Amino acid sequence: MSNFQFSRRALLKNGLTAGAVLAAPSVVRAQEVRELTMLTWAGHADPEVVGPFEQAHNVRIRAKEYVGGDQMLAQFAQSPVGTYDVILADAEYVSQLYQADYIEQLDPADYPFDDFFPEFQKFEGHWYDDRLYAVFLRFGFLGLSHNLDAISVSEARNYKAMWQENLRGKVGQFDWHLPNFGTMSLIEGNAAPFDLDAGAWQQVQDAALTLRPQVRGFYDYGGTLSALRSGEVAAIPGIGDWITGVLQRDGANVATTIPEQGGLQWTESLSIGKGSRNQDLAKEFIRYMMSPRGQVATATLKAYPAMVPTRAGWAMLNETNPNEAARQNMNLAGANALDEIRAGRIQLRRLPVQQSLESWNDAWVRYKNA
Amino acid sequence: MSVLSAKLGLRRRGWFALWAAPLPVWFALFFLGPMLLLIAMSFWSVQNYRLTPDFSLSAWTYVLSLDFLWSTFWRSYGLSLLSAVLVSLLAFPASYAMAFLISPARRLTFLGLALAPFFTSYLVRIYSLQVFLGEGGVLPQLFHSVGLSGASLLNSYTALFLGHATLTLPVVLVLQTLALGNVDRTEMSAAVNLGARPLQVLRHIILPAARPGLTLGVLFAFLLSYAEFVSATYLGGGVFQTLPILLTDLIRGGQQWPRAAVVSLLMMAVLLLTSLVTVAWAYRQKGN
Repeated sequence: MSNFQFSRRALLKNGLTAGAVLAAPSVVRAQEVRELTMLTWAGHADPEVVGPFEQAHNVRIRAKEYVGGDQMLAQFAQSPVGTYDVILADAEYVSQLYQADYIEQLDPADYPFDDFFPEFQKFEGHWYDDRLYAVFLRFGFLGLSHNLDAISVSEARNYKAMWQENLRGKVGQFDWHLPNFGTMSLIEGNAAPFDLDAGAWQQVQDAALTLRPQVRGFYDYGGTLSALRSGEVAAIPGIGDWITGVLQRDGANVATTIPEQGGLQWTESLSIGKGSRNQDLAKEFIRYMMSPRGQVATATLKAYPAMVPTRAGWAMLNETNPNEAARQNMNLAGANALDEIRAGRIQLRRLPVQQSLESWNDAWVRYKNA
Repeated sequence: MSVLSAKLGLRRRGWFALWAAPLPVWFALFFLGPMLLLIAMSFWSVQNYRLTPDFSLSAWTYVLSLDFLWSTFWRSYGLSLLSAVLVSLLAFPASYAMAFLISPARRLTFLGLALAPFFTSYLVRIYSLQVFLGEGGVLPQLFHSVGLSGASLLNSYTALFLGHATLTLPVVLVLQTLALGNVDRTEMSAAVNLGARPLQVLRHIILPAARPGLTLGVLFAFLLSYAEFVSATYLGGGVFQTLPILLTDLIRGGQQWPRAAVVSLLMMAVLLLTSLVTVAWAYRQKGN
């Protein structure tokens, strides 16, 4: 020990130096990037989408991806308060987030609602007593997606085409009860496809069973893409351009048609997680996604394209990517996709009104096992 | 000194304990613990998508009263049993050849080759089977070129069986080869010397002697196929809804972990029962 005797002064001096060295990383850390966490469907934290925001705000977006509304709710429920700053959710699940007190109230003045097309301004399930909880980000229609080699657009104008003899074992289904039973409800002529009394609900389940022998398989996102691309299945009900748009980009001969019985609308919205410690940054992120640049990025999302609710977003898409604007029928002048909504051909995808989500889920499992 | 030797003794015992510990610790951590948790969880409830400790029979009554539970159960059981028997029959000639017809050195090479698929991911193998079996895939095109229907083979029992075989064939090959390799050669030559024909040798000497190993082969193929989810979903999914698919559906929709736990316990009970019966049969005394 005698070799290592320090004077008090030397000890202090060396101690201070060592302390400074040890403290340095935390000083550097203070200038490091902040982190914004996001609970989201796949693909939304793609660098092409969030890159400009990350650079502008010196922030890193860390996404936790989920594969279904139930899983999203469970993920949030099982995480400590403040784990997720931003939540991207299907609009029908926003009410569940609100009821469970998982999301913060938002200030409408922060977002460009004046620029929204009127049908999206006071969107169902996003406002409670005039208080805002979610901002409408993107939407799309669900109808009958089909391989054009097997079914023409005119055939696909009627869902009944799925029961044709030549489609036996050629109908695929996306493995989720809501769009499938919703579509079946439209086929059964229910004007409010998710608001069914016991009799109508039974009728929908019975009608679904008649389609079951035509069904080739039940697919997840990747399976849906490959089954439709390869021709394994010729038609899939209850999906839309979010699948066929991706395939068209790769040159596949597929399309989504909204049949005469009508189609559904899916909607994705952004909220701020309850107890988020980065609420200012989360707000800035939502503002960025609602800006023309963010809107174009989300409209052309690699994972699945969508239409957007702001006029400025449409304008910029028409300017920067006119082909995609035309493909998605987002024309600012003349006929466009919104005409489908205005003609009353599109119903919102909702949670079942008179039954529990669980009973629809059970019916779906029963249907698959039939 | 005595203190020191006692210390050393203690250290030595500690040392041995350290070496002996992994097995019970492993067993407790990764089998007993999860098993108890699974049993406990089957009585829990789900409130607002949150798993909540509880003592509720609702998951049990829900699962046991599902009208399609038993049809799904027998479908799962029957399909895996069929796959297990088919895989065993398919593997037998190869195992026979490896055990009796080729030199031990070659046998090692062939067994190594049989095991080689284990070095790749099972998921990748199943996905590549989709390429072989799907619309316009290798096999349908081959069938088409010889004048058969060129329709996709996915979502058929053939596809499901190929998935099961991908998983189980190597295991069955190894088990069968080991079982056949241990058959007493002197008995075989004695039978031949006494004028037995090859089929008689197979039936009266080889099969009885190798019965435990051959039966274990069937059992393992069954166990693996029964609990199999990937090829059930990606190769047979549309037509053959099985218990593992039901299990994941229960979790995916509504996060019903307790109900999934009930299905798992049911599957484990059935597997255990099947294993006990099979093993008892495999090792029963000759002449019984």
